[in-house]
Amino acid sequence: MEQSVPTDRPGGVEKQRHRAGWGKRLAPYLLSLPSGVWLLLLFIVPLGFMLIQSLETCSPATGQCVMTWSWGELPRQVHLYHQQFITSLVFAAAATVIDLVISFPIAYWIAFYGGRRKNFFLIMLLVPFFVSFIIRTIVWEFILSNNGVVLTFLKNQHLVPSGFHVLGTSYAVIAGLAYNYLPFTALPLYVAIERIDRRVLDAAYDLYANRRAAFLRVILPLSMPGIFAAFLLTFIPAFGDYVNQVILGGTSNTMIGTVIQNSFLANFDYAGGASLSVVLLAVALLGIWLYARLLGTSTINEYL
Amino acid sequence: MSVETVTETRLSPPRVRPLGRRRKVGRYVLPTYSWLVIGYLVFPIVIMMIYSFNRVLGGAQVVSFSWNGFTTLWYQQWSSVPGLTTAFWLSIRLALVSTVIATVLGTLLAMALVRYRSNKFRGKLAVEQILFLNIAAPEIVMGASLLGLFVTLNINRGFLTLVLAHVMFSIAYVTVTVRARLAGFDRLLEEAAYDLGANPLTTFRLVTLPLIMPGVLAGALMAFALSIDDFVTSNFVSGTSDPFPVWVYGATRVGIPPQVFVFGTFIFMVGIGFAFMSIVLSRKKS
Repeated sequence: MEQSVPTDRPGGVEKQRHRAGWGKRLAPYLLSLPSGVWLLLLFIVPLGFMLIQSLETCSPATGQCVMTWSWGELPRQVHLYHQQFITSLVFAAAATVIDLVISFPIAYWIAFYGGRRKNFFLIMLLVPFFVSFIIRTIVWEFILSNNGVVLTFLKNQHLVPSGFHVLGTSYAVIAGLAYNYLPFTALPLYVAIERIDRRVLDAAYDLYANRRAAFLRVILPLSMPGIFAAFLLTFIPAFGDYVNQVILGGTSNTMIGTVIQNSFLANFDYAGGASLSVVLLAVALLGIWLYARLLGTSTINEYL
Repeated sequence: MSVETVTETRLSPPRVRPLGRRRKVGRYVLPTYSWLVIGYLVFPIVIMMIYSFNRVLGGAQVVSFSWNGFTTLWYQQWSSVPGLTTAFWLSIRLALVSTVIATVLGTLLAMALVRYRSNKFRGKLAVEQILFLNIAAPEIVMGASLLGLFVTLNINRGFLTLVLAHVMFSIAYVTVTVRARLAGFDRLLEEAAYDLGANPLTTFRLVTLPLIMPGVLAGALMAFALSIDDFVTSNFVSGTSDPFPVWVYGATRVGIPPQVFVFGTFIFMVGIGFAFMSIVLSRKKS
């Protein structure tokens, strides 16, 4: 640090500079030490531990686990629950696509036409987050139930047969996932579209692009980072979600999150649950790795 | 906006037709659509508020799907479900404690990441990757792995494990939020403080902290919101002391008392109040 030495206190500044030089070298490590230790012990270590635990064998009766190095547990669990993995994959993908389609126009509108009320509209997009996730899902159970608001209305108008129901079907689960994760899609999209330079768009029109071409060849490619961030922030949580399935889907169409939760909290099969978690994490890591390759790890903060 | 100024200043033949349609889409179709989406997002919240005034028929005090008439009874008896009130206060305490810890730790980490390049801060890249992984990893995996660790190490699950877990998943969000605000920070102001004879601590207290305060507050709000709404991780590590979301989830099996919607409405009002206050404040500043 360049410092001019004041004539009245030369010694003091000299000492201070010396200390600053020494402290400066250690400063980044000291500043990151508490968070680093916290994340290491409670995030990285447990994940590694889970990997080890997936090689143990647990007795369902006592909940005791012993290390047996049984590499067979992982493929066994995958074989047992591959259907639930596929269901999760399909549900999460469907919800993500629905969210992208629903939120693209509104993100576009807020970014291009929001004007002074941009912040107001962004808060309106975030409105679901001000109500607890569980309560949101329960309210959807109310809305979609057989004698709830929507179905009663539709049945009174004879728009659907009286035996029609939504609750307990895959549609209800996908609808719940789509609602709960919509803000996670809309916000990154908004950030990406907001950044598009209007002059590029004007240039496209000057070069005789019609609306379709301008959208497909300017807006869409330039909002790709946002689409990918939206995918990351919507698909991965939806893939591991089990609340929507348990509350809205009932006993049918079990998702992998439900199986993992039951392994740990109901059946005390820690080895089985750990194996499934490892697979779930691997699938998620694939998406995370792809994102990091395409956009870099530090870009995530731009979309939060 | 920009569209209109373009039409007024330059009129080249091929642009007239598409612009006319563009304007129509911008003026009518998109706003209508956007308000419909906002309506869709708000709809369940309105339903929740309406049902918090729903009368209950029969003995068991659980909310029913059908409308039985208006009552403010649940607002008068908001604290009459003992488990629910305990869970609510537990959630508040948990959110306060973990917010304070996560905000302090996350802010320090953000300062390290903003100020030092990787040649001065070895391991910076690793830290960034861990933060990224922490944000992107499925919550159920983090919760399950923590449970496995706590059970094996024979750590009793309760308030302490909840705080450990909540701080763990909040740090990354705080760091990222604070870092974004710190990026435009003028280091010369700190240099000036040093030149005027301030020691590092005084400089931090009188110069750095006031300047980064908006970012720190944004990070703290984020941590608070994450903590008070967390279900998945809490469900794994809570043991017998259930926070609000875990209690409500458990209650779905037997039917939820109407007071849940009263608490939901209350939390919503406070949250949205804060949000709009922040808009007004930022308007005033600019």
